[in-house]
Amino acid sequence: MKRSKIALLIALALLALFPLVGATFYTELVTKVMILAIFALSLDLLVGYTGLVSFGHAAYFGVGAYALALLAPKYEAANLWLTLGAAIGIAGLAALLVGMFVVRVKGIYFIMVTLAFAQMFYFVFHDTKFGRGSDGISMNFKPEATIGGVNLFDLGNPTHVYYLVLVALLAVFLFLRALLRSPFGRALQGIRSNEHRMRSLGYPVYRYKLASFAIAGALAGFAGYLSAMQFGFANPELLSWHQSGNVLLMLILGGIGSLYGAVIGAFAFVALQELYSYVTTHWQLLLGATIIALVIFLPGGLASVMGRFKRTLVGEPEDE
Amino acid sequence: MTTSRQQPPSRRARMNALAAVAAALVAMAGLTLPIDSALAQQQKVKIGLMLPYTGTYAALGNAITNAFKLAIEENGGKLGGRDVEYFVVDDESDPAKAPDNANKLIKRDQVDVLVGTVHSGVALAMAKIARDTNTLLIIPNAGADEITGPLCAANIFRTSFSNSQLGIAMGKVMAEQKKKTAVTITWKYAAGEESIGGFKESFEAGGGKVVKELYLPFPQVEFQPLLTEIAGLKPDVVYAFFAGGGAVKFVKDYAAAGLNKTIPLVGPGFLTDGTLEAQGDSAQGLLTTLHYGDGLNNPKNNAFRAAYIKAYKTEPDVYAVGGYDAAQLLIVGMNAVKGDTSKRAELVKAMAAAKIDSPRGSLALNVGHNPIHDIYLRKVEGKENKVVGVAVKNLTDPPKGCKL
Amino acid sequence: MDFYSFLIQLLNGLQYGLLLFLVASGLTLIFGIMGIINLAHGSFYMVGAYMAFSLSVLTGNLFVAIVLGIVLSVALGVVLEWVLFSHLYKRDHLEQVLLTYGLILVFEELRSLIVGNDVHGVAVPAIFNWSIPLTETLSYPVYRLFMSAVCVLLAVALYLLIAKTRLGMMIRAGSSNREMVQSLGLNINLVYRLVFALGVALAAFAGMLAAPVSSVYPGMGTGVLIICFVVVVIGGIGSVWGALVAALLIGLADTFGKVLIPEAAGVTVYLVMAAVLLWRPEGLFRRV
Repeated sequence: MKRSKIALLIALALLALFPLVGATFYTELVTKVMILAIFALSLDLLVGYTGLVSFGHAAYFGVGAYALALLAPKYEAANLWLTLGAAIGIAGLAALLVGMFVVRVKGIYFIMVTLAFAQMFYFVFHDTKFGRGSDGISMNFKPEATIGGVNLFDLGNPTHVYYLVLVALLAVFLFLRALLRSPFGRALQGIRSNEHRMRSLGYPVYRYKLASFAIAGALAGFAGYLSAMQFGFANPELLSWHQSGNVLLMLILGGIGSLYGAVIGAFAFVALQELYSYVTTHWQLLLGATIIALVIFLPGGLASVMGRFKRTLVGEPEDE
Repeated sequence: MTTSRQQPPSRRARMNALAAVAAALVAMAGLTLPIDSALAQQQKVKIGLMLPYTGTYAALGNAITNAFKLAIEENGGKLGGRDVEYFVVDDESDPAKAPDNANKLIKRDQVDVLVGTVHSGVALAMAKIARDTNTLLIIPNAGADEITGPLCAANIFRTSFSNSQLGIAMGKVMAEQKKKTAVTITWKYAAGEESIGGFKESFEAGGGKVVKELYLPFPQVEFQPLLTEIAGLKPDVVYAFFAGGGAVKFVKDYAAAGLNKTIPLVGPGFLTDGTLEAQGDSAQGLLTTLHYGDGLNNPKNNAFRAAYIKAYKTEPDVYAVGGYDAAQLLIVGMNAVKGDTSKRAELVKAMAAAKIDSPRGSLALNVGHNPIHDIYLRKVEGKENKVVGVAVKNLTDPPKGCKL
Repeated sequence: MDFYSFLIQLLNGLQYGLLLFLVASGLTLIFGIMGIINLAHGSFYMVGAYMAFSLSVLTGNLFVAIVLGIVLSVALGVVLEWVLFSHLYKRDHLEQVLLTYGLILVFEELRSLIVGNDVHGVAVPAIFNWSIPLTETLSYPVYRLFMSAVCVLLAVALYLLIAKTRLGMMIRAGSSNREMVQSLGLNINLVYRLVFALGVALAAFAGMLAAPVSSVYPGMGTGVLIICFVVVVIGGIGSVWGALVAALLIGLADTFGKVLIPEAAGVTVYLVMAAVLLWRPEGLFRRV
């Protein structure tokens, strides 16, 4: 096996074993990071592989979170599977609707309109009665993971939640990897490198971009759902443009156009935040300086240092 | 430190050995400490302070922290006979990070008491987690009605105010002043809506009518269009809820539009608290309601202000009072259980029944654990919010939806 | 709403729009001529406001403070371009977004470290510190009229600069073809540096001018930033004329939105943007 693959398996094993040794607080922290990794992966599809820089991706994360918070009944627990499916569907639909507008425009305009639409969603949740207002919603009960009356695991138990999220992360990762190797995924990457050429080859570029946008939104909604599920709490700030900026940061930390990069970026982002907050209350200064330095000196992100992973990912046949 | 020349080696060696054994014993005791009430007495009480130390509300976070620590110091640095250890987290007034920050204190640092915060969205997350983990929570500022309303709990207390309380007080005063019509204006967020709700309730109960409720999106500060509307509506009074930069701008814009000459502007204390320097002439004569004010002459307040200025070289404000009373409340509870935090039921019972001598006057708690206190009417004179009367005595905010 | 109130609201909307134009003009210049997306533009606005505050406290006179402030902000612009932004010309949009996002964080924290987190007021200069009575209850602050007049003058000055001067010609040439301009022997780097400095100075000047009527507080930059982007997107990137039209449009939409549909007031601006982009995906006007 290639060394890179071994390293990955070791990393996966570490992740799998972590809750057995870590204290509850750290288990929950890593769970949070894995949720952010799913969020970053969803954006990577859009930014890294389709070449569409969205500055409003937090909107779909928020929609997923609020879907759970709003669907959850007041006096009893919601069903995990039903609400999860609904959240992913609703987030995907929202992304589809917004996409129909935004995918028409390119470049700077695209960045700006995605931001603007995210702001619209933010205002819906912040200002309207439907969104329950600026203080957010807390759920009285965690969802229940029952199928046919059988309770599969307990979402009040941080370890169960951890493994659920780990499985979710793996599922999203494998799904995206398969998607990107498929003809659809190849077409997306073609669009990223040269849209005109793809169009002249006869590809319905608009539809491909729209599909990518919708899928990315649905996956972001998945992450948002898990986030609301973890703490039972949703707040309009989840849709703020700072969150959209943060997830872009994760991509550049990890390296754009690399699925592993998205995951690494999520871990790196949280690690940096924690490290810098430990050092000073003005940690945002350090973070800002780090980002600037990264852009100037290391545009490929951390994953560019591990170039092999990229090749492993795209999957030359002999790597299997 | 004495050198080995000055002490006989044998004695020194013995002392070293003794020290080492003692240290080992203490270490073992620390590591293997069972959660036994008797032994728990010797451990320090862990207080988790989750407040904004950066950003717009940094000054409030610092004031609350300073005053809290001052009260503990005045109590000999102890709570119920035990020493106190502080764990501090900057919540950055960010609700998205609130669960993580609260968990840092509750699950990582294992605090006995959580104290915070200013921003209501963050406070709501803290309240949820406090209920889920049954952690004792004292809120020294955030005014969200829900926390001592539908979301109330035995282990959640507040020593500041609820948003609607201050509105209720001003509504009553305005009705008493025979104002017939009012227009309200605020940002479209929960705190604003709650404040307006309180005002409307008591104003209309007193015979007045709120002819229009104006809202603008948070945190926009372009008020001109709405000021023009107010001028057109010509109400007897305008009740406004804004804070910080928005409060400064609104009061200045209101005066610049000449509205203050014909339509009096009133609001809760935040309209003019901490902002008078920036507002200058435009705020003179403004009436506001708050549970604190300048020139409040009672012995506790005088002592508090003197001690605070001596310790921190700056004047305390209403936010500091909230922190001070949070500590006072905790002291009452801890004294009742003699420092045994495992006796939770008695601890909260004592706290719920506490009657505190606060710098603001007398402070008690209602069923939802929200303050029952006098709300003062203040008038801006120079750079001060002078207390000119009592708007409502012993106002309790009826805890709607609290099932305690 | 009666006719007279309508007129007053019209005045409110136009005045707000003119101020937006002042901030957005710098942004659209930097966008259009240098091809750089700059999220930190709101931070320059904030820097301007804080400079107005500190310098007017120092010198006792707002006008002197503004002149000093303009000089300082031009210097700031030159330094920033030289040290950071010159790296961005060949980079893609994502990297520009990220670098300037990092810059926002840096500026906010520096502001917190240097000036603190308090809210400050800046006194309106005595000559303008009066109001014109419009109705029996409402007066219009003269300073706002002064601000609007300044904005209009500046719009004219910018137009003259870009359309009628040699520098303007170089700017326009450089925005369409950088290499050609360079090969013609003109110092395109200097031109870019000047344009950037101009953009920064415009934003800072807007902050200084507005400081007496807004207040000076943390987070004031981000509030104005997003609206500015909407203005630039609607107006067409790089078009100063477009920025003016779009700013007035947004000013009016926001004003009337607040009064007529308060529940949806927050989204009015974005709805307008969505509508414009449906009709003209590249904004209302093209380059300059």
